[in-house]
Amino acid sequence: MPEAVAERRYEPVIGLEIHVQLSTRTKMFCGCALSFGEEPNTRTCPICLGHPGTLPTTNAKAVHFALMIALALECDLAPRSIFHRKNYFYPDLPKGYQISQYDIPLARNGRLADVRIHRVHMEEDAAKLVHAGTSGRIHGAEASVVDFNRGGTPLVEIVTEPDLRTASEAGDWLRLLRATLRATGVSDVNMEEGSLRCDANVSIRPVGESTFGTKTELKNMNSFRFLERGIEAEIARQEAIVREGGEVEQETLHFDPTSGALSPLRSKEYAHDYRYFPEPDLVPIAPTDEMLARARDALPELPGARAERLEEDLGLPADTARLLAFRGELGDFYEAALASDGGVDARALATWVTNDLQARLGDGEDPAESRVEPAALARLVGMVSNRRISQSAAKEVLDVLAADGGDPEQIAAERSLEMASGNELTEIVDRALEQNADAVEKIRSGNAKAIGAIVGAVMRETKGRADGGEVQRMIRERIGA
Amino acid sequence: MSELLQLTAAQAGERVRSGDVSSTELFELYRERARGDDLNAFLWVTDEAPTAPDGDAALGGVPLAVKDLFCVEGVPSMAASRILEGYRPPYTATAVEKLVAAGAPVLGKTNMDEFAMGSSNENSGFGPVLNPWDRGRVPGGSSGGSAAAVAAGLAPWAIGTDTGGSIRQPASLCGIVGMKPTYGAVSRYGMIAFASSLDQCGPLTRDVTDAALLLRHMVGRDPCDSTSLEFPEPIELPTADRLDGVRLGVPPELTGEGVEPGVREVFERTVKLVEELGGSIEEIGLPHSPHGISAYYIIAPAEASANLARYDGVRYGPRAGDGDLLSLYEETRAEGFGAEVKRRIMLGTYALSSGYYEAYYGQAQRVRTKIADDFRAAFERVDLVLTPTSPTVAFELGERTDDPLAMYLSDYCTVPMPLAGIPAISIPGGLSEGLPVGIQLAGPAFSENRILSAAHALEQAIAFEGRPFDA
Repeated sequence: MPEAVAERRYEPVIGLEIHVQLSTRTKMFCGCALSFGEEPNTRTCPICLGHPGTLPTTNAKAVHFALMIALALECDLAPRSIFHRKNYFYPDLPKGYQISQYDIPLARNGRLADVRIHRVHMEEDAAKLVHAGTSGRIHGAEASVVDFNRGGTPLVEIVTEPDLRTASEAGDWLRLLRATLRATGVSDVNMEEGSLRCDANVSIRPVGESTFGTKTELKNMNSFRFLERGIEAEIARQEAIVREGGEVEQETLHFDPTSGALSPLRSKEYAHDYRYFPEPDLVPIAPTDEMLARARDALPELPGARAERLEEDLGLPADTARLLAFRGELGDFYEAALASDGGVDARALATWVTNDLQARLGDGEDPAESRVEPAALARLVGMVSNRRISQSAAKEVLDVLAADGGDPEQIAAERSLEMASGNELTEIVDRALEQNADAVEKIRSGNAKAIGAIVGAVMRETKGRADGGEVQRMIRERIGA
Repeated sequence: MSELLQLTAAQAGERVRSGDVSSTELFELYRERARGDDLNAFLWVTDEAPTAPDGDAALGGVPLAVKDLFCVEGVPSMAASRILEGYRPPYTATAVEKLVAAGAPVLGKTNMDEFAMGSSNENSGFGPVLNPWDRGRVPGGSSGGSAAAVAAGLAPWAIGTDTGGSIRQPASLCGIVGMKPTYGAVSRYGMIAFASSLDQCGPLTRDVTDAALLLRHMVGRDPCDSTSLEFPEPIELPTADRLDGVRLGVPPELTGEGVEPGVREVFERTVKLVEELGGSIEEIGLPHSPHGISAYYIIAPAEASANLARYDGVRYGPRAGDGDLLSLYEETRAEGFGAEVKRRIMLGTYALSSGYYEAYYGQAQRVRTKIADDFRAAFERVDLVLTPTSPTVAFELGERTDDPLAMYLSDYCTVPMPLAGIPAISIPGGLSEGLPVGIQLAGPAFSENRILSAAHALEQAIAFEGRPFDA
């Protein structure tokens, strides 16, 4: 192998395809309620089971939610978008076609942060197949059963341009998208539960090259961790192929979360000619000015704008502001705490929320559902700022708040965690001076460093409940140094 | 008893409302007739007498024959296909529901070409229907069972569906009235789909008044069918017996070549009659109509290939295969569908395939637009278009089964209207060689009242007397 190839550096090119389940009350094209773990096949009707003679009708709320997404992603909206039939046979597809959108999608040409949005379109979800047997797939299964509860759930598909360059960039951007969608309230956006699903298109090219390499499609990465691991693995696999002088094949790869391995889907599972054609049973979606105004009015402050506001108005560091904005539930908690106490230091509070509080929450736990009240955290941070309690004591109080809830002042008092002050501290300092007469002598004779021993004694005596600077000041005052 | 059979549905309904006849007596009379069906017109006849409708029910309790393409809750609804054998839907089609509510209880389900694909009824999964005028001949299709049942007095009236001529052509071949309304006028919900952008249901009746009466209670916007529309005016019962001031256009493209002499003779007689009734005749051009059959046999099979994909043996209907997914699909569909249905699924699948879509489906849609434009231009000069309904009278059983193209040409005169989405009626114009000849009147979208009115005037003047049964 020529050395040049071995040393050549490659740049990954990544695009994402995201499916978002909408939190409408009913399905995309019929009146069945959406399903949340009900008994299989109890959320069905002749329409979503594809009975002969049934017809779809478009869920207006789903269109409203989809318009909100398109506006949140700053897209151009089609004046008349149309549905198409995407034809293929599979047991999870009761009609033998999926109603989707094809060449005239709801919206195009959007943007979220640095990533361009190629298109946003609406479609219906497939039903859920469960395969008995070890393969976990339909091929080789002993038997397969279908639960049509999920079939017909409204989906919005978001396709990005290939603007991402690393796995972690892809993960970060997807977190921003999730925060944005969560803020709009149109979806639960839960990757584990499948209300947010992400496929990735990955290719590599020599750094400096402007044409794209052959891409592969990665499926089944149902967490942020798996998404990043999957993309990393695929980049490494493609680099190894190219460095060996081989060529990447265009294929669809299935990510196995237990092994972290990527395996090609059998060609029959994806090599379809979908024979798209316009769905004759539905009329075009032609958003009126009223519909657009309603969708626009329904949009809350989105994470991008929120990060800017937190940074500019409150002076938070950019990273902290983004963290609070992109994890909207943290930001909400933060802003609730801030509002409960006008005097609290915004920057200090932000650090407490993003570091200490977050560390005490379960993975992905919404702080609003923890035992810590926003006002309690604000009071605790205020106590630290006013030097009524030390940092380490405050952390102890937060442990108690996180475990049992309660009032920080009361917890600090009960556990004697408040700073020693007044007579109590004067007595302790005086006692320390008596017991360290030699150190006092050294200070008087010009050895300023000797003060450390006395401060140390005070700290030992107060179990850290004293402010070091304040203790030094008192010692100097007492011995007239 | 036999005297009741001579009545039109509207007349029979009047008798019930006036108290001369009980709705039960009327229903039982027709139930007996339907059970004695020796034309294979019915696939199912009800066992139960319906609860008598209100004395003032608009349709007077006059029983209704329903094409097997309509879903009726708990009643076999198979589209005359073996692939739906034993299927009993959990819901009822909107059109049927509306008619039952208006006082027309379901008498039975009528035979048809499988999934409405055919022009002779020979494509039924349950055997052909015989034409009551000559049992060696076909009744036309696909609504052949409905047409034969009404013509033979087995049912007072019926509903059918028309995709390329499936109401009008069998009405023509059986000597009755059949009307295809404007696309969107009647809900398609519960009509087993063949070609969704063309399918439309309508009445098959003994006379024009019955057609108007039935249609009046079928039309209207249905929230279950996005493509349905509110009918802009009530459907009137026609009374006209003159055509003064009515301008009728005759397109040479649909009245010349290919129309057999006997049919042309009846058509020319009708043209003269129009002028005698005070109407005017003008030659108009529908230059793209001759391409209607070609466009139709791309668009309809394309839509059908998707519409029929749901018959996979997974959720309902018979299931075949050895348990493997592919064999489930292949064998269920191989055993369940008939030859013509398979042919059209293949045609449609091919026409939509990657690389062929533009050349076939795209081109056919452009032809469709041209055909609609032709009609639009014509209706700027004339009120209605007049043509024969079928180029021939009823042909012999088996005559065209080996020649699909010859069979497809049976719809030559009826295909342009559904492609344009416009309404059209077929009324009996007379006999040729002892067999009925239908005359077609077409008008712009939602001109049903205009069509019915002109058809009524012609009907009075023609005074078609033929009836292939003793009453």
